[in-house]
Amino acid sequence: MTGSNYATERETTEGRVFTVTGGDWDDVVSGVDPINEGRIVVNMGPQHPSTHGVLRLILELEGETVREVRSVVGYLHTGIEKNLEFRNWVQGSTFVTRMDYLSPLFNETGYALAVEKLLGIEEQITERATTIRVLMMELNRISSHLVWLATTAMELGAINMMLYGFREREYILEIFELITGLRMNHAYVRPGGVAQDVPDEAIVKIRDFLKLMPKRLKEYEDLLSGQPIWLERTQNVAVLDVTGCLALGVTGPVLRSAGLAWDLRKTMPYCGYETYEFDVPTHTDGDVWGRYLVRNAEIRESLKIIEQAVDRLKPGPVMVDDKKIAWPAQLAIGVDGMGNSLEHVAKIMGQSMESLIHHFKLVTEGFRVPPGQVYVGIESPRGELGVHAVSDGGTRPYRVHYREPSFVNLQALPAMAEGGLIADVIAGGASLDPVMGGCDR
Amino acid sequence: MTDDKPTTGGVPVPVTPAGATSGAPAEFPPAAPAGRGMFGNQGTGDTSGFGGLVRRHHTVEDSPRPYGGYFDEVRDALEEAYPAFGEAIEKVVVDRGELTLHIRPERIAEVCQVMRDDPALRFELCSSVSGVDYLGADARRLHVVYQLTSMTYRRQVRLEAAVSVEEPHLPSVTSVYPTADWQERETYDMFGVIFDGHPALTRILMPDDWEGHPQRKDYPLGGVPVEYKGAEIPPPDKRRSYQ
Repeated sequence: MTGSNYATERETTEGRVFTVTGGDWDDVVSGVDPINEGRIVVNMGPQHPSTHGVLRLILELEGETVREVRSVVGYLHTGIEKNLEFRNWVQGSTFVTRMDYLSPLFNETGYALAVEKLLGIEEQITERATTIRVLMMELNRISSHLVWLATTAMELGAINMMLYGFREREYILEIFELITGLRMNHAYVRPGGVAQDVPDEAIVKIRDFLKLMPKRLKEYEDLLSGQPIWLERTQNVAVLDVTGCLALGVTGPVLRSAGLAWDLRKTMPYCGYETYEFDVPTHTDGDVWGRYLVRNAEIRESLKIIEQAVDRLKPGPVMVDDKKIAWPAQLAIGVDGMGNSLEHVAKIMGQSMESLIHHFKLVTEGFRVPPGQVYVGIESPRGELGVHAVSDGGTRPYRVHYREPSFVNLQALPAMAEGGLIADVIAGGASLDPVMGGCDR
Repeated sequence: MTDDKPTTGGVPVPVTPAGATSGAPAEFPPAAPAGRGMFGNQGTGDTSGFGGLVRRHHTVEDSPRPYGGYFDEVRDALEEAYPAFGEAIEKVVVDRGELTLHIRPERIAEVCQVMRDDPALRFELCSSVSGVDYLGADARRLHVVYQLTSMTYRRQVRLEAAVSVEEPHLPSVTSVYPTADWQERETYDMFGVIFDGHPALTRILMPDDWEGHPQRKDYPLGGVPVEYKGAEIPPPDKRRSYQ
């Protein structure tokens, strides 16, 4: 192969290496000796528009058939778990929210539940705080599934869907901004409750969203569900059955698309999910199409939960009573995000020395957590999000480990893609919905 | 760091906190009489919240029976199905509504096999494998923690196996739970625990040529030279002169 601007070649000790930047695949393949080089190794990523972030896939190909897939992760490793050990328990929320950036409220809630279990204060969490957590998590589940739908559709060639998906997600992010002060990285769910009560205008906006979303969901399905290209690209693609899912530890929509109705909200309820009325959608095909249907159905179920949660929101405190745990300030949302309320600052600076001392000790040093370890699993949009938290009795976590569904589920990619076509690697990988921020932490 | 507390073990026993002792002890009984200084501080006077970054240890002890809930059933079923129960299980701890079985490291794969296959146990899913470094508590300071989930019975149990830094070997459970593959690689990467029989035990999150195991407690946070105009960031415990 000579004279191509798209694929330069060079000789290495491992054989001939082509660097492909675009253009015609035939050009590349024509450069390969079909007798001696039956298999070519293609390095996809870590910078690739279809790999959902910095995921690197090494594909061994025979023609267009994938013989072996090896995934390489770790490009987004930021040492969050190590960093947590050097900050106090409350500050942990700020770190964990940055792991899986598409479902920050799940990271925070999982962490808060683990810390509360270590403190033994699960019973003291107020009803309003728990309901707000459920409300926020389900909104977050919808926004995460929308990004999944948007990016997957884009990768399979449906650019319109990408625009629509992000449009509705933006609506949810505006609700988040109203409530938490930030679109992402909220640090809103804290050990002991939530940082700030939900303002009334957010409830209005959520109710508008509940009216709007079913119509929009119908539009997505009108756009995709009967579309021949979408069906071709998803049906019988990247099949993984229940046995394969369980062996590889795959949970979440991928497991449910194979037919097992395993959803921690139903099977091991937390945050009072057992009191909400909703179904666990499943499908039996175990392919990308099934995952698409399951996620769409889950958006509908989440809407049902949100409606119930909004209805049962009654006025009340959103933080535990215990002043040794609850953040001392009544926080307020300012133009630049969330901070201390001016009244509180006026009180501690002008009137009450004791409040100032209390505030100072709790904020700088933090509360102590009795020694021990706990594991809390919650159902994130991608599957079981597990938090293993260990305390040594101090003011900082001794160890926090996240069982990240993105990390665990990605192991299933070779099982899904080997033996299939190279185009289906994209569909299969996308159907796992990996978020590299969560995977690499 | 040394710890002269007995290492036998249970429900965590609070140990005198070192470093700053004047925090807000929510549940924690203030172990030392707080009398000196304005706020009862008798340590370094550090009010940074870092407490001088001194770590303290607690020991765990065998829990008395009955444990309550399904924990007794799980233990009995394992004892019945696994003849070597007596020598393989070091401790059984029930704390905060969770059951932890401390397993001799060389037995971990066998125990997992029984946990998965026995009809009375059926822990089909290995939710999580990770590590904890209890530096200074014991010679076997590296603990590998397995979270098993039984979907049939909707139960959870934690297995814990402790190895030393000098001999950080234990059998891989990948043949029982293929999902442990990457999680064992991460544990190797972060703690340097070597899982014998793992198909390809290489680093996964850190670069292949990285030296050291970052999640160990004697590995500093930061301290890696940052390649930016010759600047170097010291680790947090060295950053400001609190001690």
